[in-house]
Amino acid sequence: MTRWTKDPVLTVEHLTMRFGGLVAVNDLTFQAGRGDITALIGPNGAGKTTVFNCITGFYKPTEGRLTARHADGRTYLLERMPDHAISGEAKVARTFQNIRLFGGMTLLENLMVAQHGPLMRASLFGIGGLFGIGSYRRAERAAIDKARYWLDRVGLLARADDPAADLPYGAQRRLEIARAMCTGPELLCLDEPAAGLNPRESAELNELLLYIRREQATSLLLIEHDMSVVMEISDHVVVLDYGVKISDGEPEAVRNDPKVIAAYLGVDDDEVEAVEHEVEEVEREVAR
Amino acid sequence: MAARTEHSVAASFKDAAIAAVIALALFGPLVGLRTEVTTGGLFLSQRWGDVAIAVAVVFVGRLLLNVFVFKTDRPATNLFSGMKLSAGALARIGPVFGPLMLGLALTLPFILLYGAPSQSRYYIDLGILVLTYVMLGWGLNIVVGMAGLLDLGYVAFYAVGAYSYALLAINFGWSFWLCLPLAGVLAGLWGITLGFPVLRLRGDYLAIVTLAFGEIIRIVLLNWYEFTGGPNGLNNIPRPSFFGLEFDRSPEGFAATFGLEFAAIHRIIFLYYLILALALLTAFVTVRVRRLPVGRAWEALREDEIACRSLGINTTTTKLTAFAMGAMFGGFAGSFFATRQGFISPESFTFIESAVILAIVVLGGLGSQIGVVIAAIVLIGGFEIFRDFAEYRMLVFGLAMVLIMVWRPRGLISTRKPTIALGKAKAIGGELVGEGRG
Repeated sequence: MTRWTKDPVLTVEHLTMRFGGLVAVNDLTFQAGRGDITALIGPNGAGKTTVFNCITGFYKPTEGRLTARHADGRTYLLERMPDHAISGEAKVARTFQNIRLFGGMTLLENLMVAQHGPLMRASLFGIGGLFGIGSYRRAERAAIDKARYWLDRVGLLARADDPAADLPYGAQRRLEIARAMCTGPELLCLDEPAAGLNPRESAELNELLLYIRREQATSLLLIEHDMSVVMEISDHVVVLDYGVKISDGEPEAVRNDPKVIAAYLGVDDDEVEAVEHEVEEVEREVAR
Repeated sequence: MAARTEHSVAASFKDAAIAAVIALALFGPLVGLRTEVTTGGLFLSQRWGDVAIAVAVVFVGRLLLNVFVFKTDRPATNLFSGMKLSAGALARIGPVFGPLMLGLALTLPFILLYGAPSQSRYYIDLGILVLTYVMLGWGLNIVVGMAGLLDLGYVAFYAVGAYSYALLAINFGWSFWLCLPLAGVLAGLWGITLGFPVLRLRGDYLAIVTLAFGEIIRIVLLNWYEFTGGPNGLNNIPRPSFFGLEFDRSPEGFAATFGLEFAAIHRIIFLYYLILALALLTAFVTVRVRRLPVGRAWEALREDEIACRSLGINTTTTKLTAFAMGAMFGGFAGSFFATRQGFISPESFTFIESAVILAIVVLGGLGSQIGVVIAAIVLIGGFEIFRDFAEYRMLVFGLAMVLIMVWRPRGLISTRKPTIALGKAKAIGGELVGEGRG
């Protein structure tokens, strides 16, 4: 019994996604533990983003069950919920592989839009807000404070009133994470957060993700290509290849899994044993 | 650089000669030879003089363009490019311009009454017309400018408002002040009814379906004879009263109560202030809603719909609120139109109305309140000024549209003002702001 099976924030059971004849994800089962950074890795076209789109409701899975469990024990069946409810009620937030900010809106506005649900309720669905009731003004102030906190956290407070499209690439990535965090998520899904970042930005990102895990009640699930990022910060790694899970465990265990090495280096099935042997030799050398 | 100049002059002549040869090849058969039907068959008439003129025009024109624009280091067109108004300049006059326009709008009837008594009725009527379009523009701006949903059938809601008011007032005898909100609510409900099936469509498809909806409403009004009067329209629509006081000669009328001499202009002035108040209500609500979460969600929707969904925003209801709100203000404007005219028929609600309202919004700048005012004054006022040249005014109108779109592709006022700021709010350049694809 591993840590993530004891208290999972997300349970994926028998997830299958077919597009016509193409099976993008085939009978995938895994758990993401509460308070963990779980990484979903795999070669190009392995079906990682499809899994994300199923979890966050952008696709309806062909088969399978996706359960989000909050710290207070409430559970949500994600495959039955519309996409906006997955973020609003089940508290599963996400970012996108190709950054999707509101470019013509300021950084602060971006983070205010992320707090739409609570603000909407406080403004009595716009009607109370139109007349400027006190509860809405208080909620708005609280929302601004939260936005300010996250802008400060990602180092963009000085640019709060600039349009988001004016930011450099790395800052846009951080802003997107801050925006997702403003929804107050239990689980934050990051689709290739380190893609296109230089080593310094990448290190800053790692720090931000570790901070979120440490200080916030948010668990992380991330897709990543860059193995160094994965190995450095994640607690649990799930490896996909051709839509099938080929490995699942602690980063160390996964790193040495011959199937993973085969998938990444492209080895035939009958050569796996030889690769396994090679890996052992390399390890012995490293140990020496 | 004498050599270069000589060279370029020679090249200019050569280029112009080539253009003249092409012109000759084209105009020779097209203009030079003309078949005429005469008794006994076709007769070929020759017009080489006209061809010579056409070719000469092409040659000289091309030569002038070459010498002054294409083949010179200092093109004459540079003189015009300096005339471009920068976005900053427009943004700077913005804060002064708004209150100035408001002051002018508030005092206009009295300025006209004392300044040009003989013409005042015509100009106040024109003012009412412009303000109606300003209100419609502001209403449509919610849908097109803020939420980014291209609606080509906005006139449908205008029609629903007008007919709602007319039918309620004629059949039940209800007062204008009761019918006005009802007409707005009914138009809003139609907005939602239309929105439900349509809002899953995006971009061009949405535009086509809204266009069709506008036509459906008009054709229903035209053919449902028993209910709407069909092409005869509805007559004798009750005029609005000044909080119960009618504008007539009776002792209980408006003029008698206030001890004024009866004059027809009183009602016109009242109507002017009525539409001004309605338009200002539209602007006030729009500006306020923009700062509320629902308004921010509209703008976010225009920027990126998928990101909205990932942030827990229900895009369907958000779009519906935008549609319903725009439709409601269209309905208000419609009931004002009905009470002002006293007569409505489906003729007043053709597609061209939708097109003019959309043109006002696009020319003014998507999402800009003051831009809509300027565009409405220019377009509607321009229509009136060129009334004597009715044949050419569509030509001028089209040309003006093309020029403005070349000069300022995002509309007259394309900058966007943030709804909230930690420090000082800075206007956002139009090139960064999304246009929305439904």
